[in-house]
Amino acid sequence: MSTAVKPAAPAPKAAKAAPEAPRPPMTPPPRPTLASHLRALDWGHLGIVAASLGIGVLLWHIVTAINLNFFINFENVPSPAKVFMAFIGHIQTSIFWTHIGVSMRRILISFSIATALGIGIGLMMGRSKIARAFIMPYIEVVRPIPAVAWIPLAILMWPTEESSIIYITFLGALFPIVLNTLHGVQQTPEVLVRAAQSLGASRTAVFTQVVIPAALPSIAAGLAIGMGVSWFSLLAGEIISGQYGIGYFTWDAYSLINYQDIVVGMLVIGFLGTGSTAAVRLMTRPMLAWQKRTR
Amino acid sequence: MLDVLKFKSPTKDTGKGKGRIDVNDVVIRFGKGADTHLAVDKTEVTIEAGEFVCILGPSGCGKSTLLNAIAGYVKPSEGAVTVDGDTVQKPGPDRGMVFQQYSLLPWKTVYENVAFGPKMAGHSRTESGSIANTFLELVGLKKFGDRYPAELSGGMQQRVGIARALANYPSVLLMDEPFGALDAQTRLMMQESLLEIWRKFGTTVVFVTHDVDEAVFLADRVLIMSAAPGRIIEDVRIDLPRPRSTDMASTPEYVKARQFCLDIIKAESRKAFENQNT
Ligand SMILES: Nc1ncnc2c1ncn2[C@@H]1O[C@H](COP(=O)(O)OP(=O)(O)O)[C@@H](O)[C@H]1O
Ligand SMILES: [Mg+2]
Repeated sequence: MSTAVKPAAPAPKAAKAAPEAPRPPMTPPPRPTLASHLRALDWGHLGIVAASLGIGVLLWHIVTAINLNFFINFENVPSPAKVFMAFIGHIQTSIFWTHIGVSMRRILISFSIATALGIGIGLMMGRSKIARAFIMPYIEVVRPIPAVAWIPLAILMWPTEESSIIYITFLGALFPIVLNTLHGVQQTPEVLVRAAQSLGASRTAVFTQVVIPAALPSIAAGLAIGMGVSWFSLLAGEIISGQYGIGYFTWDAYSLINYQDIVVGMLVIGFLGTGSTAAVRLMTRPMLAWQKRTR
Repeated sequence: MLDVLKFKSPTKDTGKGKGRIDVNDVVIRFGKGADTHLAVDKTEVTIEAGEFVCILGPSGCGKSTLLNAIAGYVKPSEGAVTVDGDTVQKPGPDRGMVFQQYSLLPWKTVYENVAFGPKMAGHSRTESGSIANTFLELVGLKKFGDRYPAELSGGMQQRVGIARALANYPSVLLMDEPFGALDAQTRLMMQESLLEIWRKFGTTVVFVTHDVDEAVFLADRVLIMSAAPGRIIEDVRIDLPRPRSTDMASTPEYVKARQFCLDIIKAESRKAFENQNT
């Protein structure tokens, strides 16, 4: 064995010796500000995104300008210019903003309830085998049911239109939040739990100090997914509504065969969905600061 | 120079006389019915208060399982472990644990990690903080307190792990191959550092390793385990003088002790290898 002779290191002040350097950076990174966010933006990446969207709009313009009809028929699809003009027209009316406001309010209410209940149920299922076995079958069966299929029952069950719409939207957001929370709890490294136990942590302390923080990244991801899903559930729900909501606006345009407005509605939904998902990501980011700093 | 008394708990006397471990006819099996797997075979050993004991054996022989039984993570199928006469039922702050894998809470800063134990013990925020600083100073990492664990090198993280375990003034420090993942040079520094800390702190240390050099260098006694199912087959007293330094590796006493352990391990490994092939 070649390890017989140890290198004769000069007996160091052992307790204080710091032989290996810490990983850079030497100073903790400053707290992010808006300015630092702007500076940190990857302009090259944004350029590619802009180019991609530009090309998309251009192709859209071309296929509608030449009335392309080759398997897919673009003859009745409105051009980007028409849609844009329709959009400009709408944003000058207050009813359009009401549609948007009403939808956002529904999303906010549904999503808040789904967040509170979803995280609660997920944690409970993660903590107790009995709760998991009890609740899981319902999740498995109810989750694949599309939002549209809920419309008749929701109308029958809930006292007002508004509450049935909120119910349908809430359901969409609920499942990803529950499942991601559960997954996060189950992913907690056993060694961290053991370490906390050996430091005197009670069962409750292990849960609040180890299990929940360990699950946070997964919970945050669940919230972002849930927000996305709640938007397409909202659309289904707003078919019920006889008056307001961006989903209703789109559905109404469909009934009136107003093609520009259909596309305006679709795009507004797309952007609102993306925007609110980004907002969720931004709001959960402070909870994950330790992850960012460790990368 | 660090003040030794600083590391003595003002309330609990963890000094001499505390930290005696009795492993009484412990047998540990995993699984149920036909899948039963014997991990630790009948083991009987006493570790005196303040001793530095290494458990040495080939991997998979049940070293971690035995240590986990002392820690309270694993319940013996037969027999019991007592620490200062009290039967071990579950993990507790009187038995500090240092793991091979990084086990600092990654969402807490180094300082918060070390202050965690005192906080759980009911100390106020300021008390916990000053205990944390004391122990970070002991391992020479006070100025890294507000870093997150992943910003530190592996060796530094393990030192924080030691500080964190000691911050509860445990009577026993359990270490499961704590330096196994470190490079050779860092490992040597960590070994000397650990002995220095132990000299100041005086707690019983049970240190699991599969490295003969590490065991002989650190221990008062080396308990050698057989290949699986593990059992203590030899209790070797290492009478090298203390404080020890890495230069001792060439002294005849060291070479002799090392060779003695190595021969037993070799015979065991061969047995294990032959068992696998039959
Ligand atoms: N929780 C467990 N469940 C089932 N088997 C286990 C468990 N922990 C350890 N073992 C088995 O017990 C044996 C001893 O493992 P371990 O104590 O980790 O060995 P060592 O630490 O000496 O490498 C191995 O065969 C391992 O697979
Ligand atoms: Mg092991």
